[in-house]
Amino acid sequence: MIEKKVLRTFTEKLGQVTIRGIEELGYSLALLVESAYWLVFGFHRRQAVKLPSIFEQMMHIGIQALPIVTILAFAIGMMLAIQGIATLKTFGAESQVVLGIALSVTREFSPLIIGILVAGRSGSALAARIGTMQIAQEIDALRVIGISPVRYLVTPAMVAMLIMLPSLTFFADLVALLGGGVYSSLELGMSLQAYADRTIEVLKVDDITQGLYKSLVFAVIITLVSFVNGFSVTAGSEGVGKATTRSVVMSITYIIIADMVFTFVLTH
Amino acid sequence: MTKQTDTQQHAAIEVEDLVTHYGSTKILDHVDMQVQTGEIMVIMGGSGSGKSTLLRYMLGLHEATSGSIKLLGHDITTISAKEMDELRKNMGVSFQGGALFNSMTVGENVCLPLREHTHLDENTMQIMSRMKLSVVNLGGFEDLMPAQLSGGMIKRAALARAIIMDPKLLFFDEPSAGLDPVAAAELDDLILRIRKALNTTIVVVTHDLDSTFRIADRITVLDKGNILMIGTVDEVRNSDNERIQSLLNREARHVEINADEYLKELTGQKSD
Repeated sequence: MIEKKVLRTFTEKLGQVTIRGIEELGYSLALLVESAYWLVFGFHRRQAVKLPSIFEQMMHIGIQALPIVTILAFAIGMMLAIQGIATLKTFGAESQVVLGIALSVTREFSPLIIGILVAGRSGSALAARIGTMQIAQEIDALRVIGISPVRYLVTPAMVAMLIMLPSLTFFADLVALLGGGVYSSLELGMSLQAYADRTIEVLKVDDITQGLYKSLVFAVIITLVSFVNGFSVTAGSEGVGKATTRSVVMSITYIIIADMVFTFVLTH
Repeated sequence: MTKQTDTQQHAAIEVEDLVTHYGSTKILDHVDMQVQTGEIMVIMGGSGSGKSTLLRYMLGLHEATSGSIKLLGHDITTISAKEMDELRKNMGVSFQGGALFNSMTVGENVCLPLREHTHLDENTMQIMSRMKLSVVNLGGFEDLMPAQLSGGMIKRAALARAIIMDPKLLFFDEPSAGLDPVAAAELDDLILRIRKALNTTIVVVTHDLDSTFRIADRITVLDKGNILMIGTVDEVRNSDNERIQSLLNREARHVEINADEYLKELTGQKSD
């Protein structure tokens, strides 16, 4: 009897989670299409997307994140160099560390770490802001004033993410390579100039663009997940907290899964 | 011209046979009402009567199950999004909590509709927002953030934002909620002054009886999603309807309990 009840509860929960997942996926796609619509046709509807709003978001998402991005990227570059040299020493192939650092930074670490950082930093801020606006009826106020919340809130954030995430990723590429170079030059007695020359020699444009393409996908994921969770807040300040946490966890999960799929596709 | 045609021509808001649901629960059940141009219509009822829901549907925030809602002659259940955008320029709304944008100053809040819908230069917008703020006795407060204002001031600032475009229709959701009696009375006077100055059609959703009797031309009484009565203040006061009288006399509702249903509720079983 108890087993039957547990099974029923489990099935009901599974059903509810599946339905919610499908609803959120549909809602995300609708948001994506609508934000693209406002970007292209907003002017004709006399509701053009305002550049100052995009710049404001770019400041929050990109410029203000530069200090932490610099620290993280430098540390990751050094960490890869430390690990790489220690591992390659076993085979007496320490000089190959430059190739290892260059490829893993540009293809994998920079886009992934920047994606996770922006999801935690800006994605959570977006979800919390939208959730708070939702419970304070500010979203309703926008709609009754005749301002589309998607045009006013989602599109500027989406555009800013699509510009700033690849920019931050490229910046992180350079800083991480520098971090790797500093450690390598100290450990292997290689000059920074020689390290840079070797890096340029082994890196292909494809390696960098692969990371940048990934960051574009992550930008879309972070924006959509943050807004879907923010717009769905109904239960007061506790709801805002839950939506913020959920948005960060979901963004990071989707980023890692998307990264895995992306890497698989690009390496086959 | 028949009396009916004459009434329809002057109705700023017409709700016809409106049915709405929240999930599978019916909230509004075949609601019909009209608000004439320049009239102050107060929608009142107890908690859960559907009055706030009716307001949200009039504002076009949800899609009705069936029926029509005409604002200034346009049926908002069928018009295009572009037409709705245009119509919204003639509508002002003051939400229960004010719904001021917390990231903007009071002045920026009031200016927002102008900034989005007009091509006025910055100076003109500033002057207009200061004018509207002084109408609601908030002159000089334009540089403050909403968090620095009291509850009454937030409501008045929200009203300034609602009237910045000189709307033909003005909606209030619980204007006196959370205000002390003096602040509530001041807001009532403000509503009457705006109607007098602009001949605005005003819909107020409230459960505040004092406020209702002070400002209403007519009152719509809602109960459990149905309209109990639409009439003037005197007609409602003198109504012999039991539900209306218990609402006016603040009598507690007597909920009839079905023993079987109550037992099922207690034991967590679902009703048939």
